Amino acid sequence: MTTPLPPPRKKDPVARTRAPTQPPGNRSREAQGLTAIAAVGRFALQCCADCGQVQYPPRQICGQCLGDDLPWRDMDPSGTLLAETKLHHANDLFFRDRVPWRLGVVGMDAGPSVVAHLAEDCRQGDRVNLSLNLDRSGHAVMNARPETPGPDQEDDMQLRELSMDPKGRRVLIVNGKTALGLALARSFKAAGAREIFVGQAEPWKAAPAFEAIKSLDGVTTFPLDVTDTDSVGELASVLSGKVEILVNNSYHLRPGGAVDRMDMNVSREEMDIHYFGLLRLAGTFGAAMRGRGADGAHGACAWVNVLSAYAQVNNPAFGTYSASQAAARSLAQCLRAEMAPGGIRVVNAYVGPLDDEWHQMVPPPKLGPDTVAARVIRALQQGHEDLAIGAVAEEIAERLAENPKEIEREIKL
Amino acid sequence: MSRMGYDGIVVCVPVTVPYSRYSLRSAHWFCGRALADLIAGAGVAKADVDGFCISSFTLAPDSAVGLTQHLGVSPRWLDHIPMGGASGAVALRRAARAVQCGDADIVACIAGDTNHVDSFRNTIASFSQFANDAVYPYGSGGPNASFAFLTDHYMREFGAAREDFGKLCVAQRDNALSTPHAMMKRPLSLDDYLNARPIADPLRLFDCVMPCAGAEAFLVMSDDRAKSLGLPHATILSTIERHNAYPEDPIQIRAGWAMDVDGFYDHAGVGPQDIDFVQAYDDYPVICFMQIEDLGFCPKGEAASFVREHDLTTAGDFPFNTSGGQLSVGQAGAAGGSLGLVESIRQLTDQCLGKAVDGAHVGLASCFGMINYDRGLCTSAAILGRSTR
Amino acid sequence: MAEGGLLSLLMGGITGGGIRVVDLTMTLQPDVPTIVMPPEFGQSWPFRMEEISKYDHRGPFCYWNNLSCGEHTGTHFDAPIHWVSGKDLPENATDTIPVEKFLAHACVIDCSAQAEADADFLLTQDMIEAWEAEHGQILARSWLLMRTDWSLKRDGVAYMNMDQEGAHTPGPHEDLIPWLIEERDVIGFGCEAVGTDAGQAGHFNVPYPCHYHMHGNNRFGLPALTNLDALPPQGAVLITPPLKIRQGSGSPARVLALVEGEAED
Repeated sequence: MTTPLPPPRKKDPVARTRAPTQPPGNRSREAQGLTAIAAVGRFALQCCADCGQVQYPPRQICGQCLGDDLPWRDMDPSGTLLAETKLHHANDLFFRDRVPWRLGVVGMDAGPSVVAHLAEDCRQGDRVNLSLNLDRSGHAVMNARPETPGPDQEDDMQLRELSMDPKGRRVLIVNGKTALGLALARSFKAAGAREIFVGQAEPWKAAPAFEAIKSLDGVTTFPLDVTDTDSVGELASVLSGKVEILVNNSYHLRPGGAVDRMDMNVSREEMDIHYFGLLRLAGTFGAAMRGRGADGAHGACAWVNVLSAYAQVNNPAFGTYSASQAAARSLAQCLRAEMAPGGIRVVNAYVGPLDDEWHQMVPPPKLGPDTVAARVIRALQQGHEDLAIGAVAEEIAERLAENPKEIEREIKL
Repeated sequence: MSRMGYDGIVVCVPVTVPYSRYSLRSAHWFCGRALADLIAGAGVAKADVDGFCISSFTLAPDSAVGLTQHLGVSPRWLDHIPMGGASGAVALRRAARAVQCGDADIVACIAGDTNHVDSFRNTIASFSQFANDAVYPYGSGGPNASFAFLTDHYMREFGAAREDFGKLCVAQRDNALSTPHAMMKRPLSLDDYLNARPIADPLRLFDCVMPCAGAEAFLVMSDDRAKSLGLPHATILSTIERHNAYPEDPIQIRAGWAMDVDGFYDHAGVGPQDIDFVQAYDDYPVICFMQIEDLGFCPKGEAASFVREHDLTTAGDFPFNTSGGQLSVGQAGAAGGSLGLVESIRQLTDQCLGKAVDGAHVGLASCFGMINYDRGLCTSAAILGRSTR
Repeated sequence: MAEGGLLSLLMGGITGGGIRVVDLTMTLQPDVPTIVMPPEFGQSWPFRMEEISKYDHRGPFCYWNNLSCGEHTGTHFDAPIHWVSGKDLPENATDTIPVEKFLAHACVIDCSAQAEADADFLLTQDMIEAWEAEHGQILARSWLLMRTDWSLKRDGVAYMNMDQEGAHTPGPHEDLIPWLIEERDVIGFGCEAVGTDAGQAGHFNVPYPCHYHMHGNNRFGLPALTNLDALPPQGAVLITPPLKIRQGSGSPARVLALVEGEAED
């Protein structure tokens, strides 16, 4: 039985805000293979290519046959809970702030015995499923949940440390003028967000999506122009202490590259909205969010950037756009490192071509806004950090991992 | 090829550098004071000790090497044993072979550690690669969490109750009351034990040792040399060591002793029924139960009923951790692994600090240590005898 | 200056009374709305300021900013080279226009009531002729300024007043401009809305006729003015130099009016 999450309360102005701490983050190089796997929501362990032995903890030499070819393979996460304990005393500040803390030893069907964080409704002898999730230090940890999830499992306080669940939290959606902005607002509402703030730039230019957003319950709209330092600073001075999840869906897509469409104006706009816009948001909202990373059960937890999959490999048909997205992606990684000490995770969602007017000339498959929004919500609920949304983005990720030169040559539209 | 015995090799001069909860002194100081007490107790010059076997968690960044220059010694045989609580009997068997083949004449086996306010936390924060990767990030509970798992599993698997562990702890506390340097000075009742502050379910306060600063040490030499120096000494009947035993066990219910227990007694020419006292490695009660089983005193899983049926005090029918063990004396880092050996030498040479076991002729000291990931990897043990010469 | 000469009279009036200096310029700040082009065309940058330092670690002694904006931002001067119809005319850019043209007399016609009633109000020749009957003929080489009180709309949405057919802001009728040029020889047209043409002028027979005809005849535009209600119908002298930008099509300007006499309430 999971204890249901108490509803969020107004902040006591006289009480000190609990400062963020991080669980131990020391990991060997091979253990960081787990971090990459957890970031995308997989469950994989090393499996010796010679003898098939599954290895855990991670290592460089097979513990059975001494072979050194130990690729990561997706694995059956089931096992049996062999032993459990509830820790009342911890040596590290993160856990000291959070005892009692439940732990278990799981005997995996695949072989290894695994020390894991334990969900509240597990008992010794139970059949459990393991998952790999990123903890607040940004490294992968094992988690055991019952095979059949009980009700309100997402309320489990230990699991909430691993996720960025919108339930009970306040969200800022930066760009309310697109269909994606509307889909995000609706999806966060459905996922239990307690308040949704939505920004819009250039209010004199009407957008049907924004009109629809204004009519949603629990949504407040604000002026926000990410190209205007004053505008971003002003909104941050009002909201930065209240935003628990920030979704940067800034978007300005124009076709063209460098040689045949050398247009400094358009290129400047793309950089101003995608790269400098992120910089302005980071510089004004980042510090307050980071300071509230451990602020109770509904503290600040996530910064989402909706980026193009072409941030990872340039699509010359949208060449300067791709470059501005690449700049944003690099800055997002910088932001990830800077926000980590506060336990705030930066989630980068890479999308393929959207189904909007600027992609009119792009052949399918194209992404609908609801698909993108749903995937973002799921990533927040499950603690994923790098997302490839849609078939095109997934294919780009796969081809880049396999042979970056091949996709550089072949990409075109 | 059958193993050689230890005829003509003896252990003597049991030394304890008194324990303190915290100390500003370094591990070098504790090891150095132990050496000073050893040579004083033996009546030899520092230079006569030509071999050293050192164990310590807090000597870093030094090993035994740094200690040679710090203490001004020039040994012709040097070993550093990183096996934590298993180091004692391992040091003994290393040193015995060195003396036996003439590589050294007098070997000092010293285990010593300091305890600053952050020593324990620093030690467990980077204990091993597997612990860094796969244990410490989970609650940073240290050995308490690891042994909580083993205790939880053991209790359910074999039906042991907290009262059974409690009986062992109460008996050891009784034994400790006559040990001058024991950290725990008050009698412990079963009620105290059962209702103590929870640490990591099912472990409570008195299931856990108190980390402290201190040292334990002894000398290994030929029996001729011991006699010429006029030193009371004990003989070495048998030793074993084993590492990473039973890796296929999903969770630890037994350890290395069980693999070599038959040869252990054969080599000594005695059986479990001949053992007059047992000094077991007692960082947690559950490991004591495993040692009672794995060293042949009862079948696997029956240590609880064994403990219920026996009296573990020094005057009882199964004298166990007669100085009080680590649970009552304290765990001075790696010295915890030599505490039992040093107490065994005292009991067999009539140099007890506390109560003596009546008519003790043969004693068993067992050592265990190094939770590298999810189980203690290192085990060792020695059977010592009263010298008849 | 010569004692009792024209310039000394001018300065005497300015410092001692008798000549008021009226500021017809909106403050440049980031929320000044910019003219909207269709999205597939190039866009004019909004006004942006980034601090260089403010008596701080970036520069302890001073406060200053870097600026960016399009040439046609806020109260600004439109040069003939700005429009296709004026592209080849002589002395048509901000750096080549003869500088004496930056001082000129202004005629101000009050259309505030009509603009309040109808956002798409268009100023016609008839209205001008009726105004002239009361205030005298428009002098040659004058600015014709259309007062609508549109500058009082502080909110960007109301000021731009856009819907799916475009902007709805007042301006000159397409037939008025050629007449103003041929029959009255105006130096240019000024107004309070974001551009000199009416919001719906893109749909006129000659799209953006004020730009087309004015610039096509080597004359100027002066949009986004303020405080026109402080000017008399005739008699004000406007000072309107743009920045001397190489081949500049325009620039934000500090537009000042010199007015004789005391302020009217």
